[in-house]
Amino acid sequence: MRREFRVDPIAIDVNLVLQHSIASLYSHLVTRPTGRAVRMAIEAQVAESSRTSLSLIDLSEVTIIDFSCADEVVAKLILRFLEEDRPGDALFVFRGVGEIHLEPIEAVLHRQSLATVAEVAGRFELLGTRTEDEDHVWTVLQNRGNISLADVEDVFPHANHREALGELVQRRVVFSAPGGGGYHALSTLLSGVSR
Amino acid sequence: MRVIDLPSSLDYQTYDALLAEVLEAGGEKILFDGRHLRWVGPNGMVNLLAAGSVARDRAGELPHLELADVGDVKSYLDRMGFFQAASGVFDAGTKPDKRVAGDSDVLLEITPVTTNSDVHDVVDRVQRRAGAILSNTLGYPLTSVVQFSVILSEVCQNIIEHAEASGWVAAQSYNWSKRLGRQVVVISVSDLGRGFRGSLSDEHSARFADRWGDATALEAAFIHGLTRFPDSGRGQGIQQIRKQVRRWDGMISIRSGTARIADVPEWYDSPPLEEGLADFPGTQINIILPERIADEA
Repeated sequence: MRREFRVDPIAIDVNLVLQHSIASLYSHLVTRPTGRAVRMAIEAQVAESSRTSLSLIDLSEVTIIDFSCADEVVAKLILRFLEEDRPGDALFVFRGVGEIHLEPIEAVLHRQSLATVAEVAGRFELLGTRTEDEDHVWTVLQNRGNISLADVEDVFPHANHREALGELVQRRVVFSAPGGGGYHALSTLLSGVSR
Repeated sequence: MRVIDLPSSLDYQTYDALLAEVLEAGGEKILFDGRHLRWVGPNGMVNLLAAGSVARDRAGELPHLELADVGDVKSYLDRMGFFQAASGVFDAGTKPDKRVAGDSDVLLEITPVTTNSDVHDVVDRVQRRAGAILSNTLGYPLTSVVQFSVILSEVCQNIIEHAEASGWVAAQSYNWSKRLGRQVVVISVSDLGRGFRGSLSDEHSARFADRWGDATALEAAFIHGLTRFPDSGRGQGIQQIRKQVRRWDGMISIRSGTARIADVPEWYDSPPLEEGLADFPGTQINIILPERIADEA
């Protein structure tokens, strides 16, 4: 299917951001000021795009992330781009999320009722706070890749599921393409991002 | 000069009596008589530094610390970096006779925590040493070094973000053969900042009205995760530390002002909340992680 829309792909290696923007001597994502500096560097990179962008934030080289840093690099980053005055139209997917990252990331997401898409052990998952309906709808869309507007009622005959689809778009864990381009799992938009 | 005898074993429980004596001394110069000191844990060490600092600030001159020339205490304190940390806290009498050569068996020497850079330094150092101790000595999974480092990071940040003063952190493993019959790792943090009540008062004291005090401030932070920051992302550190310590069947206590609050496992005999203690001008955090025994795994 040829897309009628463009999403700017941005690859962000958090370990490189940490080394370049903070100090080359720091090798771990610990302390709130470190997390804040990394988040601001990511925000600046994402804000350069004038179109909708999809940032693939790579944690695979990060061996330690504490709760304060996760709050800044994950929760506050997502919150910032949910705000009306966000610095750009950005979507995020976290990759390289291992067992050691999951607990702090899940904790900070739940603390602020947020959700995000992450590649965990090679599989895309929806992390954080979500309803059963949202979980179902996201999983269906993730398995299909995309759903055209014409197919939405067939795929989701129940109104509560269609409402959940709208919520997932608002929460920026599903992409609704402009101009009636349908709904897309964020993982299907990653083809242009160098990984 | 007031002479205060150190107990033969200095840990977080025997420390309370020592602190009470220091406060009683008022502005008198103090001689800490440690000639009968036979055992001192990380909590005893960092809090001896705190007691010395209180004595120094009250008297306007450095207190004196006398230690026995025989026995292992002096060389052990040296290996833990006590004398380096004690510079500016006690007078010259605390210098060891000689340095002990060789590789250190210490998990984390007494380390001053003043800036975020110090926290990075602590995490880096512990990464290199903790893996073997946690997996071989305590029987924890290999990945536990990550959770252990996160605990250290969060407790050290507590000093910087809430105390608004510098502090110390230390960690070491021991064989608690008499008390528990197992190996333990002890993490101790102490600062002379404004304490939990001081940190939370502006934001939260009004809602507690007459009940506001050291114990309610500790309960607010320890149990309910309140902080002085309006940001809802704050206050997770202590909650997450408690969760991890519980998973390892460990003990965590926080002592601030006149109160102490704790998560107490079955193997430890201590009340969950103590009030009316000597007024510690800052915060102490003590974490004890026990060896995992086979039927717990």
